[in-house]
Amino acid sequence: MTQSLKDKLVIILLAAVIAAFSITFIAIEEQVEIFALLVFAAALVLGGAKLGITASIAQSLARNERLMNFAFIAATIAVVFWFREDHFPLLMIATVLLYVIACCGLNIQFGFTGVVNFAGAAFFGVGCYTAAVLGDTSVPLLLVILLGGIIAAIVGSVLIIPVLRTRGHYAAVVTIAFGLLFRTFLEVNDTLGGPQGLGVSGMNLFGWDFNNNIEISENLEISFYMNYVVLALIMVVLTFVLMRRIERSWIGLNFDAVRLDETAAACFGINIKRWKIVAFTLGNFLAGTAGALYAMMLGFIAPSNFAFSDSLILVSIVLLGGMGSLWGTILAAGLVVLLPEKLQVIQEYRFLIYAVVMILILLFRPQGILPRGLRAYIPGWRG
Amino acid sequence: MDVGLLGQFVVNGMMLGMMYALVAVGFTLFFGVLDVIKFSHGDVLMVGTFAGFSTYLGMTAIGIDNAFIQLIGVLVISIGSMAILGAVIARYLVLPLKSAPPLNTLLVTLMLGTVLREAIRLFYPDGSNPKHFPALLPTDSWSLGSFTLRSDSVILLVGGLLVIVGVNMLINRTRLGLAIRAVAQDEETAKCMGINFKMIVLLTFALGSGVAAFAGVMNGLYYNEINFGMGLLLGVIGFSAAIVGGLGNIYGAILGGFLFAGLQTLGAVALPFASAYKDVFAFAVVIAIIAWRPTGLIAEKTSERV
Repeated sequence: MTQSLKDKLVIILLAAVIAAFSITFIAIEEQVEIFALLVFAAALVLGGAKLGITASIAQSLARNERLMNFAFIAATIAVVFWFREDHFPLLMIATVLLYVIACCGLNIQFGFTGVVNFAGAAFFGVGCYTAAVLGDTSVPLLLVILLGGIIAAIVGSVLIIPVLRTRGHYAAVVTIAFGLLFRTFLEVNDTLGGPQGLGVSGMNLFGWDFNNNIEISENLEISFYMNYVVLALIMVVLTFVLMRRIERSWIGLNFDAVRLDETAAACFGINIKRWKIVAFTLGNFLAGTAGALYAMMLGFIAPSNFAFSDSLILVSIVLLGGMGSLWGTILAAGLVVLLPEKLQVIQEYRFLIYAVVMILILLFRPQGILPRGLRAYIPGWRG
Repeated sequence: MDVGLLGQFVVNGMMLGMMYALVAVGFTLFFGVLDVIKFSHGDVLMVGTFAGFSTYLGMTAIGIDNAFIQLIGVLVISIGSMAILGAVIARYLVLPLKSAPPLNTLLVTLMLGTVLREAIRLFYPDGSNPKHFPALLPTDSWSLGSFTLRSDSVILLVGGLLVIVGVNMLINRTRLGLAIRAVAQDEETAKCMGINFKMIVLLTFALGSGVAAFAGVMNGLYYNEINFGMGLLLGVIGFSAAIVGGLGNIYGAILGGFLFAGLQTLGAVALPFASAYKDVFAFAVVIAIIAWRPTGLIAEKTSERV
């Protein structure tokens, strides 16, 4: 068997295994089974790493990036199709996808450029409230998603001057203060619903109402969440392409230079302020778009969804996956969103366990689950 | 405005300022010796308050009901246990991450704060509900026209002032303070001069955490109510206060603490549209101040080393 054929087989097999695992994981309800599955998966990953299988799979993946991307999209579609009639699993999948988009935004800021942002949930929330306010007007709803992003970016521009002038801890406090300010503002502002929050009208695309179940035939009625999953998946793919393009272009190179050494970058004529502004604005834009669709999907939003702890969850997804690593972000978003939902036993203890796990990861694997590799320059790479 | 009401606002603002300053002093001390932010500080304060509350319950249960002895017991146990907790956190979470990026330290301590908060909520008996903190101070009051001054407020303010002055004396007048300042200025030279670096770091964290515990007990005595979430906002405000004043500078922390309390009070008194926006106002001003003076009002004296 030739090397390239073997690589392709490995990738397809891996995608199939991941799809099967996700389906089993989402489908089973029994706590013991879930624990067993998790232990099994952990053993598989650790054993694979010990035997060097993980490394050779990673090489196969790196050689066939295009096929890998399509294989994983196909795997996701398979998982989504499996749960076509169930509301709750589809809601969870859509949530994961939207978190991935928001965390990609944070990745541009934290992972690529090194601009700290502890107000991720606030910008997500700006998108949500944009959708809530504009949802009832005659603005086309697809445009509302875009506007959610744009308004998040505009709101973020208020912070540009303090963020540019400060570094490290001082920059952190700017965004933390903004996050708290945003939530307090929502709670006391009566036009935006106060602490009770606002209802949001659902997505409606050219007369296609997203909040109705799709009746294919007598005995096949697809859950209305499928609409949102499909739209979110399209958005994730677009975001992913955008991120990859940025990462591999001269823009990403500038971002990396700014993160690694501001002084050196400035010496080489890189305009640090410009790239920080671009990264901050673009990141907030992505968080805002994700927020707008999230609000439409849930149909209801309240200030308590955008607390400081939610911003922390977004940051910890980025850190858990590995700074700047896209696949890592996707994996981490899946873990962080799905685990507490599945492990009902730990429901009460989930924040505790989650914080302990984060501490352990930071102590023993500070680079994240799937750390971003060194910049790869591939001659003739077309994407 | 009515003089009595204005006086009430002033006393309340000073009380808040004192608490914020006490928390901010901790942040500034930690940053001084180790250049790290320990974000679990607010939650350490909360745990300290609960430790004090448990001490009170314990002393009542074994029949000690003299308020003065109870107060001493609450303070000693609360400050002592938090000093130990602070040193343990420094030893096992902060020092091991000394060479990691500052963001990791920030996150690890943030997560520790969550652990402490959740642990109290889940494992303290009926921990998710607010607790009634006893009034252990005499509550006589003096009336000056329409303005009423309660003696417990005065005692708390004086106590807070004494702690701040004491910490300041400790830092500026004692051998320990000299060692702390030496470590803050240059770790390696301090080591060469025979200073036990690790010991000084642990002592500094113990000192800061003890001060936070005092602020927590003060908070409990003033509001007579404690809950598991009280540390988060106090911590963030203390952090903002330390930043606005200028990290690593104890006067900056005090200035920042009183400034923040002043802004909140001003927001409550003077904003014509709604006093509910006082926190929004205070945080907005904080962001503006940081934009204006990026390293705080009393700036760090550093130049960039390339």
